[in-house]
Amino acid sequence: MASVVRFLTRRRGGSGWHWTDMAAYAYLGLGVLLMFGPVAWLVLSSFKTQAALLEFPPTFLPLSQVEVTVEGYDEPLPLFSVTDEDGTVRELAQIRRVGIIAQMVDPADPETRIEVPIAQREPVREFALATENYTKPLEQFDFLRYLRNSVIVTTVATAITLIINSMAAYGLSIYEFKGRTVALGFVISTLMIPITVILVPTYLVVTELGMVNSLWGVILPGAATPTGVFLLRQYMLTIPRELIEAARMDKASEWQIYWRIVMPLSLPALAVLAIFSVMWRWNEFLWPLVVLARSEVYTLQVGLNAFQGELQVQWHFVLAMTVVTLLPVVVVFAFLQRFITTGIANTGMK
Amino acid sequence: MVDQTLDTPATLKSRAAEWAALPVRGVMRLLDWPMRLAQRIVGLGGMPYVFLLPNLIFFGTFVITPLIINFAFSLTGGPELFIEDRPFVGGEQYGFLFDCENALNVSTCREDRFWRGIYNTGTFVFFQVSLMILFSLITALVLNMKIRARGFFRSVFFFPVLLSPVVVALIWKWILLRDGLLNAFLTSIGLEKILFFVDPTWAMFWAVFVSIWAHMGFYTLIILAGLQAIPQDLYEAAQMDGTPRMRVFWRITLPLLWPNLLVVLVLSLIKGVQTFDEVYVLTGGGPGTATQFIVQYIYNTGFSNQVQNFGLAAAASMVLGTVLLVLTVIQLVVARRKGGI
Repeated sequence: MASVVRFLTRRRGGSGWHWTDMAAYAYLGLGVLLMFGPVAWLVLSSFKTQAALLEFPPTFLPLSQVEVTVEGYDEPLPLFSVTDEDGTVRELAQIRRVGIIAQMVDPADPETRIEVPIAQREPVREFALATENYTKPLEQFDFLRYLRNSVIVTTVATAITLIINSMAAYGLSIYEFKGRTVALGFVISTLMIPITVILVPTYLVVTELGMVNSLWGVILPGAATPTGVFLLRQYMLTIPRELIEAARMDKASEWQIYWRIVMPLSLPALAVLAIFSVMWRWNEFLWPLVVLARSEVYTLQVGLNAFQGELQVQWHFVLAMTVVTLLPVVVVFAFLQRFITTGIANTGMK
Repeated sequence: MVDQTLDTPATLKSRAAEWAALPVRGVMRLLDWPMRLAQRIVGLGGMPYVFLLPNLIFFGTFVITPLIINFAFSLTGGPELFIEDRPFVGGEQYGFLFDCENALNVSTCREDRFWRGIYNTGTFVFFQVSLMILFSLITALVLNMKIRARGFFRSVFFFPVLLSPVVVALIWKWILLRDGLLNAFLTSIGLEKILFFVDPTWAMFWAVFVSIWAHMGFYTLIILAGLQAIPQDLYEAAQMDGTPRMRVFWRITLPLLWPNLLVVLVLSLIKGVQTFDEVYVLTGGGPGTATQFIVQYIYNTGFSNQVQNFGLAAAASMVLGTVLLVLTVIQLVVARRKGGI
């Protein structure tokens, strides 16, 4: 035991403990609670039944009442644990409740009815996952359609973003030409104009192009991103020019050089941009909210916002749908964490 | 003997990559012919323009054109969307926005919602940016210590950055509701329930808190990168001299980290001024207009109110754009100076 403690508390470099180390671990422990806690609570809550969600104070785990089938009754009956005046505890099934008296029956002896004041009974509960929170919205609501719209927007937009931005980056990194500085300045200056500043006129442009209430209206305006051009250009500048000269000698067309030589060599940068783009598009909210006014074309984020804004919020569905919306991002993060963090640390962008 | 026909994970992976590459290859082949034609027409010297063209078309259509129209929009009135139907009103929209007897007292302004939005945004940005930088700095310093499972702890603080604003807001809304987890905790320690979204101060507090929760990891990462760039031998020298830890922090860490902190400050100001999504879903701008920010004012005025006032929204976004322009110029100056050191 002592050796375990020594193993857990040993330090790198063999120096002793300082009070700042204690404080650091306390801070990190608090951080884990504060960062993970809310998400864990969301996931736990999403598996609770509608009735369990209304309970106050809430139970920690998703619980539901145990039901038993009793001979002579068609429907399964809810099980209660009943405490008698003398302190004995029995498990009885409830047939019906009349005022403050519950008519109950012992599952072992279905013939005799017992009347119990409701104050003496406690529901018997067990751990149960209300998976219907997840399956029902798929059938009843437009949830599947929102999911499909989000997937379409994310994949198509990312594909377009990768192609046109890598083309621009190729043009700006491989060639020396008149107006290169101007073009680069032009691209970088658009970095300063976020969608929040040009909300109204972009809506006008999208309307003129007939793309209101269409997924194209969400996909196209953000497809060319200065971040992407910049990221890819910095990477392509490191590709040796001899490679390109050699390919030109072999009569390769410029397009072939672009997609058979430069693109494969830029894969790491393309991967970072692809991850960013997926993240941006999946999470995008303000612009789809403006462009998409009909619920058939809602993306997940807009649909989720509409559900939570209803007068009677169906939290059991909203929570489950939130978990589904969050899931792809968590999966991407789990697998590509290193890519993402180094990408952000290198570019200072997200 | 290993059976050669069995798929090892590595070959499976490369096969999957091949399948994924198929459509890409198809598209590229398809574009091969027109691009060859283009090269024959414009020659090698014209090719960079061909490669830049699609991107410039997108920028031109969805950024530059709107930017120009935005200015024109802000000089017109009426409810019509199409600019040719809108009467020219000159600076009337701006005059309406800035018509105040006393700029410090919001209720004396004709368009008090605009000014409320500005003051709310100011309050929000002040607390959000200062507290976020403070906590990001502390977290980065802690993560830079010799601790166990550093990668794990770094991910813990970072992952909310990737969550969508809607998801972030819903996670916290669920905790802060009247019968939510936090009120359950408060009643369990003998306190009264608090209606967080009914009290203006609490609503603003949670808007700031949730926003810090969601974005702190991003800034922590940037500060951490700055910390790791500080040469280690400076610390070793300090240790040999027996310098106290606090003095090491004030004399070595902070001065060398300063350029990074400036970048973080300007970046978070630019983002903070544009805050919309999380707070919109969390509080809806309420109670009343207590957490209504400038972007929400633009959105409401242009798209959500009964009468859509595009001209006024455009004028307000010109004001926002000016603020952002100033901040961006500062950012560029800071970035240049940082590069110069």
